Amino acid sequence: MNGRDGPFPAPPGEREDPLVTVHRVGSRIEIAAASPAAAALGLTRGMPLTQARMLVPGLDVRDAEPEADAGLLARLGLFAARRWTPRAALSGADGLWLDLDGVAHLFGGEERMGRRILHFCARAGYAARLAVAATPGAAHALARFGDRPLILCPSGAEAEALAPFPLAALRIEEGVLAAARRLGLESIGELLTMPRGPLQRRFGQTLLTRLDQALGRAAEPFDPIVPEAPPSAVLHFVEPIATAEAIDHGLSELMARLVATLEKAGLAARLFTLLCSRIDGAEQSLRVGTARPTRDGAHLLRLLRMKIESIEPGFGLEAMRLVAYRCEPLGPRQLSGDRPPPDLALLVDRLAGRLGARRLFRRSAVESDVPERSVRRVGPLASAEPWPAWPRPVRLLSPPERVDHVLAELPDQAPLRFSWRGRMHRVRRADGPERLYGEWWRRRTEADSVRDYFQVEDEEGRRFWLYRRGDGTDPRTGGFDWYLHGVFG
Amino acid sequence: MPTSLARAERLAALRAEVRALESATAGEGRPCLPFGIESIDSRLAGGGLAAAALHEAAGDRDGLFDEAAATLFLAAIAARTHGTVLWALARRDLFAPGLALAGLAPDRILYAECDRDEEVLAVMEEGLRHGSLGAVVGETARAPMAATRRLQLAAEEGGTPALMLKRRKKPGEDPLDLPSAAVTRWRIGCAPSSPLPVAGVGRPRWRLALARQRGGEPHEWIMESPDAEGRLALPSELEHRPHRERLAVA
Repeated sequence: MNGRDGPFPAPPGEREDPLVTVHRVGSRIEIAAASPAAAALGLTRGMPLTQARMLVPGLDVRDAEPEADAGLLARLGLFAARRWTPRAALSGADGLWLDLDGVAHLFGGEERMGRRILHFCARAGYAARLAVAATPGAAHALARFGDRPLILCPSGAEAEALAPFPLAALRIEEGVLAAARRLGLESIGELLTMPRGPLQRRFGQTLLTRLDQALGRAAEPFDPIVPEAPPSAVLHFVEPIATAEAIDHGLSELMARLVATLEKAGLAARLFTLLCSRIDGAEQSLRVGTARPTRDGAHLLRLLRMKIESIEPGFGLEAMRLVAYRCEPLGPRQLSGDRPPPDLALLVDRLAGRLGARRLFRRSAVESDVPERSVRRVGPLASAEPWPAWPRPVRLLSPPERVDHVLAELPDQAPLRFSWRGRMHRVRRADGPERLYGEWWRRRTEADSVRDYFQVEDEEGRRFWLYRRGDGTDPRTGGFDWYLHGVFG
Repeated sequence: MPTSLARAERLAALRAEVRALESATAGEGRPCLPFGIESIDSRLAGGGLAAAALHEAAGDRDGLFDEAAATLFLAAIAARTHGTVLWALARRDLFAPGLALAGLAPDRILYAECDRDEEVLAVMEEGLRHGSLGAVVGETARAPMAATRRLQLAAEEGGTPALMLKRRKKPGEDPLDLPSAAVTRWRIGCAPSSPLPVAGVGRPRWRLALARQRGGEPHEWIMESPDAEGRLALPSELEHRPHRERLAVA
């Protein structure tokens, strides 16, 4: 997982209807989780679905998605590792451990930090419970079995705090729990008073290890989440630099280092940002995007150099940093053999750098009979759909130009003569009509409209694409006026 | 007559010298784009349009109609190449379905929308130097001599044909009267279409004029407009005339 997947999706708000998620256990379907409304009706985790349906008619039942839940928890963990503490770890399928050593004071102490975290979770739409303790085991038990959403347990008071909790709070498996229950052992406090020797003989080492870990008598491994930093290269200057040549030289050096890093990691990126720190503390940044992931240093340098003049060095730059975002895996490069033809994506990047990405495009067909709507722009490397092979002009007038003094027989004869831009044209040859109907699903006013298109040629060989609004009999379909819409070659 | 013989020899030597001075692509055996029509190809130096060179076309008369014909003429040349075609636009009236009818399918054209003529020229040059394109088409009103020379050099370097459509800014001006480094310069005019036995518009015809070419003579033809694969055609009644008359026309 990494952090570029955007913000956490907001879960649905408070539901009035009871909702449960279910999963299959063996041959029966059990409740995996119940919403607060469902829990208030007595539905609990592990209850068979048939029983739940009997208790609550009209229950909203969804399938549990453990993978999606784990993914969300991992993202939350990554966020915690970036925002709150450098050491965060997953705790089971439903919790996170945050190591607060040396960070709590940055957030105003343990209690304030805890409240802030709870507040964050509430704003993001999650009900959270939090406990601060000296050992992961104690925190785990207090967060899940405590009576308040935020519990602070002073160091050394774990035994006292955990004593009233059931044995399940110790993270031990079901078999051991059942055996303890048979012997009448219910709470952790009872366990603490028992001699260790018989306990180990009867229940095995796990129970004692978990107990020791909760009380801080045994160490517990901690597997922190390591946030992935985007590959980058940094250059600090002894003397501030200000000239274009020096910046260009620094940029080449940075690019060489970054490309080496990317090559080693087998990555290529689609977005590169150059950050320049000025000595007055201001930051200047340049960014270039590429159409395909790349780690071609020469190409990227060319793209960055096009924009290098937009850097204002002021009194000088003291550091430059080049970061590669949106990395994707890219295999090693072939060094010998036939030279492949130059890649079109490189040209697209260069032209997009010059013109702007929006002014580079392909044109693709749209399923529309109306000529001006039959074309849409798609990306420069996207595939484009062809049009049906009807006669269409090569230049289209937008908007269509009115033609006057049209002599044409209604309802469906081509014009015999017309004037356009003050000049009379006599029609020698004509084809048509090609009738196009308005698209009623787009606009109400188009519901009845009709255009009759004619291809006509005048005595000098000019070829026009004319249309008449209306079908020639019914005035509701259009005003029977004529327009020039395009010219054929 | 020894003097005239000596003069002929000297002329031949000078011609060879000039040919050697001209860039390598203008020599024999260069790649070219033939029209596939004997009467045109035989008039072009090298038996076709030089593949790595700049070619210009403009409408014969004022107005949109001849310009549209010139557009289709260049589109048809581009359609006969292989690979993507970069089309640098300065105005927004080009209609892609019409280009598709001349054999240039939409998935072969990459459009670059430019504001000024200088941008069109710069985009063309970038595309030509890249070397992977089938052809580069640009629409400009004015291109100074230096710019056309740059384009010609870029075309030679990338081995890509550069096709420039010269559009008129004002009525009455001739877009081809400026000096240019283009290897061929064409003037296209609409002519009445091929007659059909029934009512209707037949296959369009053009008056195709080769106004200037480097290393060759100007000439004029009547041609039929490109088919769905970008091939022009000789009007059938010209082609099927008796042999002697045909020679007189060609």
